[in-house]
Amino acid sequence: MLAETVGPWQRISPKYLVLELVSVAVFGVVTVGVTILLAVNTSWGEIFGWIAPVVFGVATVIMGIVAPRRVRAIGYRLRADDLLLRRGIMFHREIAVPYGRMQLIDINRGPVDRMLGLAELKFVTAAASSGLTLPGLPAAEASRLRDRLVALAESRRAGL
Amino acid sequence: MTGQDTAAEPAPEGAWKHLHPATPLLKGGIAFVAVLGFIVAGFRERLVETAVGSPDIDNVVVDIYERGELGLALVAVCAVLLIGVVGFALSWLMHLYRINSEAVEVRSGILFRTNRKARLDRIQDIVITRPIVARLFGAARLELSVAGQDSTVQLAYLRGSDVERLRAEILMLAGGRMPIGPVRGNDPADDPAQAGAAAEIDSVVRIPMARLIGSILLQWITLGLFAVLGVLFAGTVMDQELAFALLLVPGMLAGIGYIYSQVLRSLKFSIAGGSDGVVRIGYGLFTISNDSLPPGRIHAIEVYQSVLWRPLGWWAVRINRAGHASHRGRSRQSAIVLPVGRLADVERVLALLMPGSPTLTIPGAIRAGLIGSAGQSSGYVRAPRRSAVLRPLSWQRTAFAVTPDAVLIRRGILTRSLVVIPLQRLQGIDFRQGPLRRALGLARLRLHTVPGPVSAVIAIPAAEDARDAFAAVTGAIALESRPESRPEEIGAVQ
Repeated sequence: MLAETVGPWQRISPKYLVLELVSVAVFGVVTVGVTILLAVNTSWGEIFGWIAPVVFGVATVIMGIVAPRRVRAIGYRLRADDLLLRRGIMFHREIAVPYGRMQLIDINRGPVDRMLGLAELKFVTAAASSGLTLPGLPAAEASRLRDRLVALAESRRAGL
Repeated sequence: MTGQDTAAEPAPEGAWKHLHPATPLLKGGIAFVAVLGFIVAGFRERLVETAVGSPDIDNVVVDIYERGELGLALVAVCAVLLIGVVGFALSWLMHLYRINSEAVEVRSGILFRTNRKARLDRIQDIVITRPIVARLFGAARLELSVAGQDSTVQLAYLRGSDVERLRAEILMLAGGRMPIGPVRGNDPADDPAQAGAAAEIDSVVRIPMARLIGSILLQWITLGLFAVLGVLFAGTVMDQELAFALLLVPGMLAGIGYIYSQVLRSLKFSIAGGSDGVVRIGYGLFTISNDSLPPGRIHAIEVYQSVLWRPLGWWAVRINRAGHASHRGRSRQSAIVLPVGRLADVERVLALLMPGSPTLTIPGAIRAGLIGSAGQSSGYVRAPRRSAVLRPLSWQRTAFAVTPDAVLIRRGILTRSLVVIPLQRLQGIDFRQGPLRRALGLARLRLHTVPGPVSAVIAIPAAEDARDAFAAVTGAIALESRPESRPEEIGAVQ
């Protein structure tokens, strides 16, 4: 009965790339825009002022280039007794959360999420730990996964 | 659901009860009395004049009318006082509590009614506080915390005898369905049911006065304070301009406050275990506090020693727990379960905190974690030599061990510390590797525990060791959290 809950690594929806690119673009526009304004309007702009916009611009482009890989790196896996979350290539991170320790599971949907039909799952345990989120799930799958995790959590001991 | 259930059965323990009659006075009534005194003192002259000048008490209304504004002011004062008294009396009348086999419930409020209910099997600790004024009335405050922020159920104030009985009752009811309740026969006299009678706890640790004073003095904050005072004194003697010293005053006050709270915490400190694995901690001189921790409520333990204490072999122990009353600055202090003690004291405290734990039976596991360094390993997985790049000094001491029921993390070269995380309460585990650590073949493991002073990070393990530990820990949690492995608990805790 428990064996059936063990699954392979699941990827999130590739559509999440759009959301990632949107946030990269916003970051680029804001940082480059602000630094250009600073460069134009301040006296030190003539010498050093253009370094910052260039740095931010290059960073934005690099982030845009690696975004597809980052999206592909996000994954989750349902094991017999815990949920594994995985993200990041350069900054790799893997988290195991035992089902019994989940106190709450939120489904969050931002505006871009809604346009793409995606949702983000957020897991809350008794620990004050960040990053227990799983973005970019198709909305239907998100609620299905949530229900399943809640059921699994209920069958386990609270551990609190 | 319990509302109808308990109302139907006339169980005496399920009945609503009032708090101590002196409650309004103790809770804020003292400020009220002070205000009253202030008003009376301020108006004394005129009151005397009024009293002397108005012998015909039968014609009060006429009298007030004749006296104009002064009369009105008196009426207003009387009205305020009356409203205050009636308000306090009403709030006392409306403040009720009851305990049944499932929960503790408190109803309070006049206009805005609140009803708080704490499930007994979720209670994280019970704190009994006896402020000095309350002690004069034989009253005490009982606080129950369940997990989460602002999750304290406060019963203030109760009769002293009631408090002890309630504590024993709650612990017994709560202990009946504890996840772990290994009955430790170390102290049969300290049964929670009879503990009510015994006000003094039979402590496993005694802190001699000299050690207490020494432990307070030998702290960076105290030394810093003395250094500042010394500089100021020298400056005054040599007649220097010391205007900048004013900037240090807030910091010094904060330092003094911290030290003061620590002294209060350490005075008359006692820690003892009852049967059922309940841990009882008592402390305080003016305000006597008494914490009771049901078994298995401790999420992380840290034994630590600053370099100043090392020559004397002193250690302190603090813990993380899920429910902590965020009440008047005791949030941080209450984490300390041993202010200062020797190695043997630490071992006794650990035995109380982790009753029946296999970890404690592993020979040398704790000692190697506390005083071990480079050479000794005894079950510990040490950080590899290459990690010296990231931790040039402490890498030799940095190590961890995974035992059947806990993770031990040894770290620190100046402040030595050993963190013990019981797997039973572990909330998750986090493996991280950035570019730098990848290049060095290292990783970073973080064990998720409830918020508190103890953090559980293994900073620089070899990547393969970290992977092994990740697998071992998740495997161990899986084993103990499977429903079939502990059938007796299903239904008790969801």
